[in-house]
Amino acid sequence: MSDLNKLTIAEARDALRRGETTAVELTEACLGAIETADALGAFVHKTPDLALARAQAADARLKSGDAPALCGIPLGIKDLFCTEGVESQAASKILTGFRPEYESTVSAQLRDAGAVMLGKLNMDEFAMGSSNETSVYGPAVNPWRAAGSTQNLTPGGSSGGSAAAVAADLCLGATGTDTGGSIRQPAAFTGTVGLKPTYGRCSRWGIVAFASSLDQAGPMTKTVRDAAIMGAAMMGHDPKDSTSADLPVPDFEAMLTGDIRGKVIGIPREYRVDGMPEEIEKLWADGAAMLKDAGAELRDIALPHTKYALPAYYVIAPAEASSNLARYDGVRFGYRAELSQGDGITELYEKTRAEGFGAEVKRRIMIGTYVLSAGFYDAYYNRARRVRSLIKRDFDEVFAAGVDAILTPATPSAAFELGKEVADPVEMYLNDVFTVTVNLAGLPGVALPTGLNAAGLPLGLQLIGRPFEEGALLNTAYALEQAAGFVAKPNKWW
Amino acid sequence: MSIDTETAARVAKLARIKVDPAELPSLASEFNAILGFIEQLSELDVSDVEPMTSVTPQRLKRRVDAVTDGNQQAKVLSNAPDAREGFFAVPKVVE
Repeated sequence: MSDLNKLTIAEARDALRRGETTAVELTEACLGAIETADALGAFVHKTPDLALARAQAADARLKSGDAPALCGIPLGIKDLFCTEGVESQAASKILTGFRPEYESTVSAQLRDAGAVMLGKLNMDEFAMGSSNETSVYGPAVNPWRAAGSTQNLTPGGSSGGSAAAVAADLCLGATGTDTGGSIRQPAAFTGTVGLKPTYGRCSRWGIVAFASSLDQAGPMTKTVRDAAIMGAAMMGHDPKDSTSADLPVPDFEAMLTGDIRGKVIGIPREYRVDGMPEEIEKLWADGAAMLKDAGAELRDIALPHTKYALPAYYVIAPAEASSNLARYDGVRFGYRAELSQGDGITELYEKTRAEGFGAEVKRRIMIGTYVLSAGFYDAYYNRARRVRSLIKRDFDEVFAAGVDAILTPATPSAAFELGKEVADPVEMYLNDVFTVTVNLAGLPGVALPTGLNAAGLPLGLQLIGRPFEEGALLNTAYALEQAAGFVAKPNKWW
Repeated sequence: MSIDTETAARVAKLARIKVDPAELPSLASEFNAILGFIEQLSELDVSDVEPMTSVTPQRLKRRVDAVTDGNQQAKVLSNAPDAREGFFAVPKVVE
């Protein structure tokens, strides 16, 4: 078999079971693709020796017949996941040289299922960004380019390296994390599928924390079926994360029938934002028509507090970040600044954090510090948490009225140019306008590609589901995927 | 609410991030842009809404109050920039 790296997880799994290929061959194909793809900046710590050792072990396990679905499947792991003995830097200078002595629960579950880790993937620093440009490694680059252009585009963020790696067939799937849209926006920018599970589905233990009440890991894959397979392997209860849900994880793949007859799909009017490009409008209308043709009922719905989601997010997320990132002080791990004669512990903290954090991370820590400071806590932080309750109530009411899933655009535009000067930080925040509500309400959401724009760049739609009903959500996504028939791949230029 | 350079300096101090005084005006202006955006929240009447504490309605689980881990001093110290004699080392804290 040729081009093994281009297989989907489901195809590779089946080929392994039929004895048509081996985990070592799959892994070598991916390692070869990674070797020639440095221009994409996707893999920032490569682990070829570890990968081959795990692939050999996977082959032995496959031979013995005791092999879970992901056994022998080569994956990339976002740099935000702590991986034992392998650099885990959250794309930050402040974690330079950090090699955890432990493995995150999610990556341990994948490892124990026999999956092969190829290396660590680029991202925005501490998952704060929407273009992968806040990374200490420099940005990951989108494998897609506009027709006739050589301009590098962003793969989105924060899981930009994961999205670029999957889109460029450097791995069969990758882990991502999503605090405000960090799985779904990069998936939409790269023509890949990204699932953010319900809050509590995936353990957060061992994932570098950004905003703990919003963070959730999920799979980034080539197809909806792969998201079902890999997602199930990542989820499950973990006593080490007190917010982890103690609920059984169903066989999502078995729920992919494509039959959505009678399902009610909500179309929220508030997502028709000012200045939305026509190509996004059309993509959305086309997607709705496809679901209707598949037998679903479309229903106009109202989510009246949508416009307050981004401002609420930009209080809550920085507040939690300012607390979570207090641990980076130059004492226990990572980078420590050179001190001058007479410097004490305060200078150690202040210099280490000034030199170790990038501009966007510092900005968010300080915003978070401000909104939590005496005299402003009620005006900002408590108010934002009240607004968050209203945003969740909007969704609760819609689901209680019988809506099964909600269809929205995933992003307000196609992938944009890397290196574009953004003077106002708020402009970058608007990338998450369609995704951030889902984090605030703790819901599952999936982005999938359903079309190309006039320049030949992929565009994605988002489906939002009921809490802990990822199976039904993925089945709706599967029906949309079948109807859209998106098969385009980026032309290799790297 | 407008943030001046003095407030920006105070926030930087609280966050334990050294900021060059020359950078304070641009920092303050970035804060003002972000806080101006956040200001929209004041349009809503939230007086009868509880602040969200947990996004899923589950109760936190309890476990037996017993030691589950420990005796890992070498692993705990393995990533320290400066570890000596089984401790993290820092500049002198108390004169």
